[in-house]
Order: sequence, then C-alpha cells, then structure tokens
Amino acid sequence: MTDSAALRRPASPSDLFLSFTWLALQGFGGVLAVAQRVLCEDKRWVTKEDFLELLAVGQVLPGPNVCNLALMIGDRFFGWRGAFAALGGMMTVPLLIVMALAVLYVKFAANPVVAGALHGMGAVAAGLIIGTAFKLAPALRRNPMGLPLCVAFGAATFVLVALLRYPLVWVLLSLGTVACAAAWLRVRTKVVAEEPPSADMS
Amino acid sequence: MTLSPEVSTWLTVFGHFLVLSLLAVGGAISVAPEMHRLMVGQLGLLTDAQFNASIAIAQSAPGPNVLFVAVMGYQAGGWMGAAATLLGIMLPSTTLAYAAARWGHARQHWRGVQAFKAGLTPITIALLLVTGWILSIDTPGVAHFVVTAAAALLVWRTRIHMLWMIVAGAVVGVLGWV
Repeated sequence: MTDSAALRRPASPSDLFLSFTWLALQGFGGVLAVAQRVLCEDKRWVTKEDFLELLAVGQVLPGPNVCNLALMIGDRFFGWRGAFAALGGMMTVPLLIVMALAVLYVKFAANPVVAGALHGMGAVAAGLIIGTAFKLAPALRRNPMGLPLCVAFGAATFVLVALLRYPLVWVLLSLGTVACAAAWLRVRTKVVAEEPPSADMS
Repeated sequence: MTLSPEVSTWLTVFGHFLVLSLLAVGGAISVAPEMHRLMVGQLGLLTDAQFNASIAIAQSAPGPNVLFVAVMGYQAGGWMGAAATLLGIMLPSTTLAYAAARWGHARQHWRGVQAFKAGLTPITIALLLVTGWILSIDTPGVAHFVVTAAAALLVWRTRIHMLWMIVAGAVVGVLGWV
C-alpha cells in the first residue's frame, strides 16, 4: 500500500484483454514470472503485496493459479466483465497457437525428425516440472507446520501417488485433511497472538 | 486418429475432468498423474508418447501450461476431445475462483483459510515431483534420464530461459541421443 499513489488502472476491459494477451505470449513454460513483472512493474495495476495475496488465494483454490490470478485482477477493476476480459486474454491467442502446434504434430508425428524432437522435448518437460518443484520447496520453511512435517506429508504424497499409484482424489481427501488439521493446530497459536483488528476497511 | 470415439466416451472424459478441475490445487499439471490413469490407462485414448508430447507441445508454446489439456484432448479425439478436456478442466475452477475472490478478500486472516493453505502446500510441491517422476519413469533409458535431470537442475539453479532448454531437448531428440 506504500506506493499506492503510483498505482494505475486499466483503461477498459479491452485494455485488460490485450495486456493479458501480451503477457501470456511472453511466458514460455510458465506465465507467473512474466505476470509479476508486467502487472506490478510495467503496468503498475497492483502492488507487490497485492500480487502476493492474490497469488496465495489463487494457489489455494484449484485450477491454474495464473488463470485464477487473471480472473481476480480483472474482477477487481471491472467486475465480471473484467474477469472475462483478463482470463480471455490469457487463454485465447495462446490456445490458438498451441492448437496449431498440435495439428501440425498429428500430421507429422510419423516423421522421424518430429518424433525424435518431441521425444527429447518430453524428457526436458519432465525436468522442467521437477526443477520447478525444487524451486518452490524453500517456501515450505515459512510454513507454520514446520519443515519436518512438510517433508513428511510431501514424502507420503509421493509414495502414495507416484509409487503406489493411488487415485489423487483419495490421497487429497485423506492425507490432505490430516495435513490441513495439523496446520490448523499450528496456525492457531500464532494467529491468536496477532489477531488483526476487526474493523472492516471498505 | 483413425477412429473417432463415441460421444459417450467424451461425456465420460468431460465428467472426469470436471471433478479433476476441483482437485487441481497447484494447477492442472498437479492432476496430470490422474489424467494419465484415465486417458492412457483406463480408457486407452492416448499412448504414453502422446501424453508426454501433449505436455511438451504446451511447454514449447507461450501461455498458461493448462493448455496441455487441450492438446491432450485433441490428440485423443480431435476438436471434440479438446473441447471436452479444456472446458472440463476450466469451468469448475474458474467459477469457484470467481466466487471465492470476493468471499476470500476480506477473510484472509481466518485461521481456517491459513490452515487450508499451509496444509496443502507441501502436498502441492510433492505432486509436481510426482508428475515429473511419472513422465520420466514411463520412458526408460539412461540418456532420457540424464536429459530430464539436466533440465531439472537448470530450471532450479539458473535463470536460463526454459525455451532454450526445450530447443536443446528437441535437438538432442532429433540427433537420436535419447
């Protein structure tokens, strides 16, 4: 909120649509880093603190967090029209590009050069996802459950889903519930100590 | 692409993806193992290679990673398949996000909200590892493993653009090294 004087607003829903199209087109292999730079630094539509808060909510909710983020930022400025414009911008042109690539792939999949290229790209894609997990892991240090419990829940998830191949639904409902309960117990003492004032700022 | 599966198959896929959408905490990629179980294992609509290629194609293109879901649907059954998977994965989560955006805005300090987030974070990170594991383990080979490990290390430790790594993977693949 400190630099709120410098904040700007998108001019219109079509401004939102075009801006989100442009930032999505810069994001190869993930849009999040680009989104932070464009929205906080280039456009100055949200502060870094706001961006973090929205991302936290977007991550807690199911669905692609960058899409949830676009939806929430759009909604903040122009209600449902803004939400549609921002999410539409994020998805439409990239969808056309990716489908064009998919059509080409189906036509040329038998071609040994294309097959080889995609085989190699698949190996890299697996690595990108694993590397991203390692990149995000340090965030667990700030988790109220503490690092040992986080590692335990993570390891249990890996064993159940990757090695034993249990359906994710059941793992989330059972292990996820236990994890949230554990977090509830740890979070409780902290929050009671620093309960924010109940005054509603609207 | 010789036989187009029946409409009922696509309703089944659509229904499954509607449920997966609400479970996709951490993004659509976190339920990729479940999509693999359904599309490759249970329904046999895709091969392992096609499944992996869907993710690779979406990774090599700009935009949100969730679009791999549309590629997967397209490879399994053309435009009908793409519509079933993409609409299925997007509709519930975006509706929920829209409703929750207003509700959650004033309630971020609630204990329940904080506990929910803190509890699911380690599971979300583990699910990313699971996805990478399943993508690698179904394609055996030392060279393949080395490429995957190298990409993971570069993403983790450097700021090299992911596009270059995808290009390098394609080159290595064309040369027949993996």
